[in-house]
Order: sequence, then C-alpha cells, then structure tokens
Amino acid sequence: MLSIVDIDYGTPKSTSEKTVALQIDGRTLNVPEGTSVMRAAAQAGISIPKLCATDMLEAFGSCRLCLVEIEGRKGYPASCTTPVTAGMKVSTQTPKLAEIRRGVMELYISDHPLDCLTCPANGHCELQDMAGVVGLREVRYGYDGANHVYAETKQGEANPLFVAKDESNPYFTFDPSKCIACSRCVRACDEVQGTFALTIQGRGFESKVAASQDNRFLDSECVSCGACVQACPTATLSEKSLIDKGQAEHSVITTCAYCGVGCSFRAEMKGEEIVRMVPDKNGHANHGHSCVKGRFAIGYATHPDRITTPMIRAKISDPWKIVSWEVAFAHVANEFRRIQGNYGKHAIGGITSSRCTNEETYLVQKLVRAGFGNNNVDTCARVCHSPTGYGLKATMGESAGTQDFDSIEQTDVVLVIGANPTDAHPVFGSQMKQRLRAGARLIVIDPRRIDLVRTPHIKADYHLKLKPGTNVAMLNSLAHVIVTEGLVDEAFVAQRCEPEAFTKWRAFVAQEKCSPEAMAAQTGVPAEAVRGAARLYATGGNGAIYYGLGVTEHAQGSTAVMGIANLAMATGNIGREGVGVNPLRGQNNVQGSCDMGSFPHEFPGYRHVGDVATRELFEKAWGVPLLDEPGLRIPNMFEAALDGSFKGLYIEGEDIAQSDPDTQHVTAALSAMECIVVQDLFLNETAKYAHVFLPGSSFLEKDGTFTNAERRVSRVRKVMAPKAGYADWEITQELARAMGYPMNYSHASEIMDEIARLTPTFHGVSFDTIDRLGSIQWPCNEDHPEGTRVMHVDEFVRGKGRFMLTEYVPTSEKVNAEHPLILTTGRILSQYNVGAQTRRTANVMWHDEDRLEIHPHDAEERGINENDWVGIASRAGDTVLRAMISERMQPGVVYTTFHFPGSGANVITTENSDWATNCPEYKVTAVQVTRVSQPSEWQKRFRTFSNEQQALLDQSVDTLGQP
Amino acid sequence: MNIERLVAMANDISNYFAAEPDHAMAVEGIRDHLTKFWDPVMRRQLKAHVTAGGDGLTPLAREAVERVVVSPN
Ligand code: SF4
Ligand code: SF4
Ligand code: SF4
Ligand code: FES
Repeated sequence: MLSIVDIDYGTPKSTSEKTVALQIDGRTLNVPEGTSVMRAAAQAGISIPKLCATDMLEAFGSCRLCLVEIEGRKGYPASCTTPVTAGMKVSTQTPKLAEIRRGVMELYISDHPLDCLTCPANGHCELQDMAGVVGLREVRYGYDGANHVYAETKQGEANPLFVAKDESNPYFTFDPSKCIACSRCVRACDEVQGTFALTIQGRGFESKVAASQDNRFLDSECVSCGACVQACPTATLSEKSLIDKGQAEHSVITTCAYCGVGCSFRAEMKGEEIVRMVPDKNGHANHGHSCVKGRFAIGYATHPDRITTPMIRAKISDPWKIVSWEVAFAHVANEFRRIQGNYGKHAIGGITSSRCTNEETYLVQKLVRAGFGNNNVDTCARVCHSPTGYGLKATMGESAGTQDFDSIEQTDVVLVIGANPTDAHPVFGSQMKQRLRAGARLIVIDPRRIDLVRTPHIKADYHLKLKPGTNVAMLNSLAHVIVTEGLVDEAFVAQRCEPEAFTKWRAFVAQEKCSPEAMAAQTGVPAEAVRGAARLYATGGNGAIYYGLGVTEHAQGSTAVMGIANLAMATGNIGREGVGVNPLRGQNNVQGSCDMGSFPHEFPGYRHVGDVATRELFEKAWGVPLLDEPGLRIPNMFEAALDGSFKGLYIEGEDIAQSDPDTQHVTAALSAMECIVVQDLFLNETAKYAHVFLPGSSFLEKDGTFTNAERRVSRVRKVMAPKAGYADWEITQELARAMGYPMNYSHASEIMDEIARLTPTFHGVSFDTIDRLGSIQWPCNEDHPEGTRVMHVDEFVRGKGRFMLTEYVPTSEKVNAEHPLILTTGRILSQYNVGAQTRRTANVMWHDEDRLEIHPHDAEERGINENDWVGIASRAGDTVLRAMISERMQPGVVYTTFHFPGSGANVITTENSDWATNCPEYKVTAVQVTRVSQPSEWQKRFRTFSNEQQALLDQSVDTLGQP
Repeated sequence: MNIERLVAMANDISNYFAAEPDHAMAVEGIRDHLTKFWDPVMRRQLKAHVTAGGDGLTPLAREAVERVVVSPN
C-alpha cells in the first residue's frame, strides 16, 4: 500500500530540461520531454485510472486500465507507456474508454475476494478505488469459475490455483488470493531494491507471484526491505502492523535513526501510535526506498525493557533506587562537583554519540566545555570515522564526504574499499546496484567477497581480495601505477594542488617499493589485477570512491584516508558530479556528531580549541572562559581512570562497554570511576557499571536534526511524548542548570539557531529552512543559501589540495605460531551496531547470534564443523562463538559481527589504534581458533555479572512511593 | 597514565612522519600533532619520560617530544 498522503504520478519523473506542449482533455500543458501521458495528466490534477503503474517504477503496460484516446492515432494506447509528443491531443474520458475500463475491472473483480470491509487495505486499496472510478456495477462472470480466491471448489475439491497465505516474514504477510498479478512487487524488488527475489510464474490467468524457488518469504532471498509491500496496490502484501492496527489517520515526516544513509520516512500514525513507516518519496537521500531496519525495526521504542524513570545507586553492587528527576539532577551535580573538588577540574568528562541529534551532541559538548570547565568530551565517532575527519581535512580541507548520493548516477567507475554497502548502507547499496546494472564498472577492494562482488546482473570487474591491514600498501600500489604509467591528470593537479607536496608525493609513490609487484607479498593480490584496477579507475571516466570502516578502523586508518584522497586528486576525480571521495558513515549521525564539536580538540565546525578568534567567539556566546588545550579522548579517559585521575563520566547514548575494543580494559576503567552517569533507553552494558541512570528518549519522542553521510541535515520530528518525560537535550539542559551553568532553550530549534550563529558552515541552517527545502547539505551560508551538493568545485576548501605521504607501516598486530589467524569484524543488514535496538525487534529472526565465519580450509585443519562451538583467543582475551564455514573468507582470515554483548567480540580486539586519532584497529586482530565445549571464562563471568545486574534492577527500590 | 601506551602511541605517530624526506619537517609534524591532539597531561608525562631517558621511543619521536611545549601543570 502506498503512503496515505502522497500523490502517485504513475511513472517516474523525467529529468529532461526540454519541455513539450500538449493538450489533455482540452487543457494545454507543458511538461519535460520523456514524461508519460499518464504523468503529464497527473501533474495537472487529471487522474487516469491505473493499476500496474506507480511512480517508483518504470511503466510496464500490463493492466490496460490506463488507456486513452489520442487524436490521429489508432486504437487506445496505454497512457503509462506512451511518452508525450509536441502537439499531442489526448482524451482521458470517453464512452468507449469507460466501457473498456469497466470490462477490465470486471475481469479483475471476478477473481478477487469480496471482503473489502474486513480487508486491511480497505480505504486505500487501489483495486477498490478503480472499481469505484470506472463505475463497475456488476460482475457478469459470477464467482464460481476458475479462481485464486477459494481453497476449495464448489464441489468441495482442493482448488489447484489457490495458494495459502504466507505469514513467515515477521513484518508482512503475502496473501496470494488477493493478487492481481500486476507485477509491481516483482519490479520493485528488481528495479528499486535490486534483490530479484520475486518472479511471476505461469502465464495469463495462471500467473502468480512467488518468492525465489517458491520458498516462503522468510526462507527466500528476500531481505525484507518492504519495497514490494509498499508497491502492492492491494492487500496481497500488507504490513502486519497495518493488519493489527488499521489505517493511519495522519503522517509525520522524520528521519531514520539507524544508519548513515539517513532515509526520510513518513511515520503513519494513529494518535500517538505508529501504524507503519513508509519511506518518503521526496526524501533526498532515499527517494522512497528503505531497508528492513528503518521501515520495520522500530518496535524497540516501545519495548518493555525501556527504563522510564531516573535511578541512582552508591555502588554498582547496590540495587537501584528509583528517584525523581529533581533528585537525580541534584545527585549528579553534587557528585561531579565533589569529584572536581577532590581530584581537580579535569577529573570528569562526557561522551556523546552518533545516535544523538545534532542539538543533543552540541549541548553535551557545551556542558563539558562551559559547565565542567574542561575539554574532556568525545564521541563514538572516535571508534569509527575519526580518521576520515583527520585525513580529509589534511588533504582537502574539510572533514566530510565530497558528494551527494545521487552523484553516483553520473559515475562510470565505482571503487568500493572497506565498505559493504548492501549490508551496512542498504538503501545507498540499492542505488549503487541500479547504477551498476545500468553499466558503471566496479572495483571492490575487500578481504571478504562481499555481496556486491557478485549479485544478480552485477559482477565486479576487479575484486582485489587483500589481506586485512594492507590497505595502505594497496593504495600506494594503485598510486604507483597511476604515476608511473602516466595516468595523472596533470592539468587538474597543476591548477588545483600544492606543487611541492605533489612533487614529493609523486617521487614517493613512484619508488619501486610501492609497485604492485613489490607489494604483492604484503597484500596477497596479484600485481596484474592491481594494475588493471588502477588503469580502470584512472581512465574509465568519472571515478568515485566509496569507503567505510574497513578503511578507518586500522592502525593506519588516517593514512589510508589520505591515500584515497591522493588517488582522487591525482586523477582529477574531485569537484564535479559523478566523482569524489565518499565516506559511508556507520551510524545515523556520525557526520553530525563530528560537526558539532564533540572531539576534545575542536569546537563545532572543526575549529581547534587553540584558535584564539574561535575561542573568543564561544567565550562571548557562552559567557565563560574556555580552555585552549585539547582534552582527553575516549581511550585516554580509560587510561586516566585506571591511574586514578579521572573519576566521573556523563555518557549519552553510547555503550562503550560493548562497542569499544579490549572490553576487559574498558570495564576495569569503568569500575575505577566514582560516578558514571548513563543516559540511554535501556540498561545497556555500560549502564551495568553506572551509578546514575537517566532515561532517554527515542527518535520518535523528540525534535532535532541528523546529518547523514552526504552532509545532509534532515529533521527528526516528535511523533509521541517522551516516555520518561524529557527529550534528551532537556536532560542535558537540566543537568547544566543543576551544576550552576544556566541554559535556557525552550525548543530544539533554538539550539540549532545558536549552532548556526556560531558555525560558518551552518550560518544558513534553521528548522524553518529545512522545513522549506526538505533537507540541507552543509555548507549552507551566504555563499550557498540552499546548501552544497558537491564540494571543492573550483578550489579546495583549504585552497590548494595537498598530497600527503603515505608510507605503508605494517601493523604490530602480526600472526605468529600462537595466534596464526587474523580476525576481522563487521556488521550485517538486519542488526545495527551493538544491537541494543535491533535485538529488541523481530530482526533477530535473521540473525540471532554472532557467528565466527571461517574458511573451510582453516576449519578442516582444526577439525571444526558447521555450528561447532569454537574458542577465539587473542593476546587481549578470549571468547566462544559458533562456527559458520564460509568461502567468502580467505584462508587465514576469520570474521565475526559484534551485535550481541554475550559474544564478546571486543574481548578479543586489542588496544592498537590509528596513529593520528586513536581509532581502534578493530579490523585486525591475531587470533587462534579451536574447538571447545564450553563458554569462555569471560563469558561465564559476563553471564554472572549480567544476571546480578538484572537482579539489582529487579530489586530496585522506588523512593517515589509509586506501586 | 600507562607510559608504555603513551610511548607506543608517540612511536606510531613518528612512524607516519618518518616518510617525510625533510627531517626538520618530520620533527615539526610530530611536535605539531602532539600539541594539537594530546591532552597536556599526556604531553607532560611523555616529556618527563624523555627527561628520564626516553626508553622505548624512536629517535624521531624523542626529538619531537623534546620540542613539545607544555605548561608545568
Ligand atoms: S521485501 Fe524487498 S527484498 Fe523482499 S521481496 Fe519485497 S522487495 Fe524484494
Ligand atoms: S502481490 Fe501485489 S504488487 Fe505483486 S502482483 Fe500481486 S497485487 Fe501486484
Ligand atoms: S537503516 Fe539506513 S538504509 Fe535502512 S532505512 Fe535507515 S537510514 Fe535507510
Ligand atoms: S497502468 Fe498503464 S497499463 Fe496498467
């Protein structure tokens, strides 16, 4: 079922700039060339009956309901498949057309159940609407003939055409008895999602829709994106939530709180209850598409595990005490002031999260800098994309991606390195697949055979299956080929880049030691393939690089980011549509949390705390003196806690005990602190070490903005009241007040106004402007009043681009006899980050435990079979998971995800980190894997501790006197 | 803080700048990086470590740390 409010124009919008004049029903219209007659009419408010057409999909022309008459043409052409031509005269309503349309509808209805009153689509069913529109009054064929509707024939025999309802998918049902075989679902799955999970089997009256190999949906290739459900004009494919709750009465546009694609959604509501989420067709990042997380996995927001009252305790071995907000705020303020009194001003700090809105993050860093009086603030982007900030700033001058997603429509060569878009950025992954099916070439650089390497109608030209930890070696080899084979875009470099730095860089990468041949031993990739890939990227037309955490989460993460920027600059692939350097951000607001000044060394807008003019600006605005020296980063905070100088921490929306590396080190640090304040939806792993719990609000319960991987600022809109009474920014504000630093915002928009006032790249941003434009890509200011799609167009933000030297330094994390395998980590489609949200939804049906993927060869050597329990040990710790034998891995490399806390993936990862930013080296850990029969010691301790903490929560004492 | 960890981190930084052919620029790169990104407590501790012999530091890192300026408290 389509959105309850959007108009469906029937066929996609034409992008042509040329217009064509025609007449429809006597009205003269001007529309872009390539527009269908159907769309031209719809844009003028004339609706032509239709069933198989919808504007997310290419016209198909199968239902014959949209016929029109065109002067001078014979017959009755279908308006959805007929493009407009100049001077055309179209009639959409004539007696003959009415008769044909009634005939078509009569046939449909004769094979359709007549249970409209109790049907979930009732009120928004297109078949029902069309029956009304064409004036269908009788069905002459009766309902007794061959049909797909009844399980039994009149004679009581089994009806061979009948297929029972498939309810296997947790989020939607498939009821073939209602199917009109319009194939909109099939085309949505092919054209939009690119999974090709559905087919139309049989022909004519026999034809029916089936998931791959006639499987149940859950067992098919289906990835549950829901595109087919949205496209279905009848109730055949229906959301279970819609079936349960009935039609929504209003809808609110908001932004997905999961990944960095930042999809725009219409939350379809009944009062304060969500009926379903429908991706917004006007959403600039997603154009009406979504993945299983954003569309379906929102049940966590109303999960019974949510904690909705503040709680405090003196020791983590005490039961929690439920207290009022006033008591909680006063308690935190007293504790933090006490700690500062005893151990010094620097003994406390704060951590914000990429899951928070811009406004929330901004406020936390303001509280720390102005209220705590130090710069000990950091964000979880530390552990994912901090090297992006560093590397792109050093080379090009701005810590952000250069393009928008739509830029890929102009790309000829897509280079994906250390990213897995179909799993981690699914909607952009689908857009990328569309472009690849349309002919763009593909280079994948990844240790694993990610799905993109080979997927329906797509095959990578090159898959450089390198050894984990050798990205820089690979990038240098690619650069070597470009430089030594004369593939540099000399004109671009001469005009746009610093000549001395370029000369130095050229000499550096031209050295024989950087050649693909010399590096092959390190990377494990044949030199010829590297040469081929380099030539393709440099000479294949518009080349665009997409990268993810497989680049950043390494000891040389920042070096690799600079290596990527070097490649793009050397080949002139910067500063226009179709090219660029595009970091794919993990969480929804990674970009935003970095922009908002949550790193200890910089104010909002990436300005160093040592910069006098900036500091004075903030001192004046905030009314207090500010420090000019950087504060502690997250890993530094842990070190400082262990040596006794750091005692109090305010953590908003981040679960460091699960997501940060070397878990045992982290929990030791947490245990050494005196006041840990966790603000979150759930009692997460970190909260088990906390002394104060402040219940936060979900993205549905507050106003604010998120900034996605394209620098796109979009609105998050409140659709229901906060379950615990406060939006998160209000909690921070109250905390600041309790600590004696007054804040007086009455709405989140006022916080954005302050950000805009103080940050040059945000000068033009406000809630009103976003409401007007839908979304804005920063920089948005006097020079770019409507934002900026492509950066570095005429010159780099820093002026001239700067080539940086990128020596390959092998990581100190090396395989040896004791730890002969390399473990690398990643994520999957259905789960999100630490899983706190997605584990509390039906998404666990696709992934209910983290597994260790291991190559058959390594498994056999160790006598490991599928599903065996295996112990994974590194120098940091060990854990136990079940094995999954997989050829996607290369021999010598094992892989796991980190979505479940009990898996302890981060018990194994080490303290190694990126040289420039301390971003952990999650992607490379030397391990041994053995068959075992019981959980690891850590897992046993973890289980005991978790049970104890659950008991302490269950025993919590209510001091408010409520039942 | 754990001095071995600080030494390892400083060495990681110096390993990056070691590729710079101009020695003075390499030293300055490391010094600048430490000054911009490291909390003064850490810089102070590392400086003290250099004064006490600078065990474990690469020569390049050591040279840079010597030039780091940090207030005494
Ligand atoms: S939910 Fe998505 S993947 Fe599954 S069948 Fe429908 S369109 Fe295809
Ligand atoms: S399931 Fe829905 S969209 Fe698919 S063919 Fe049937 S009626 Fe059309
Ligand atoms: S998780 Fe990402 S791709 Fe999926 S709906 Fe949300 S923003 Fe879009
Ligand atoms: S809508 Fe045009 S043929 Fe179906």
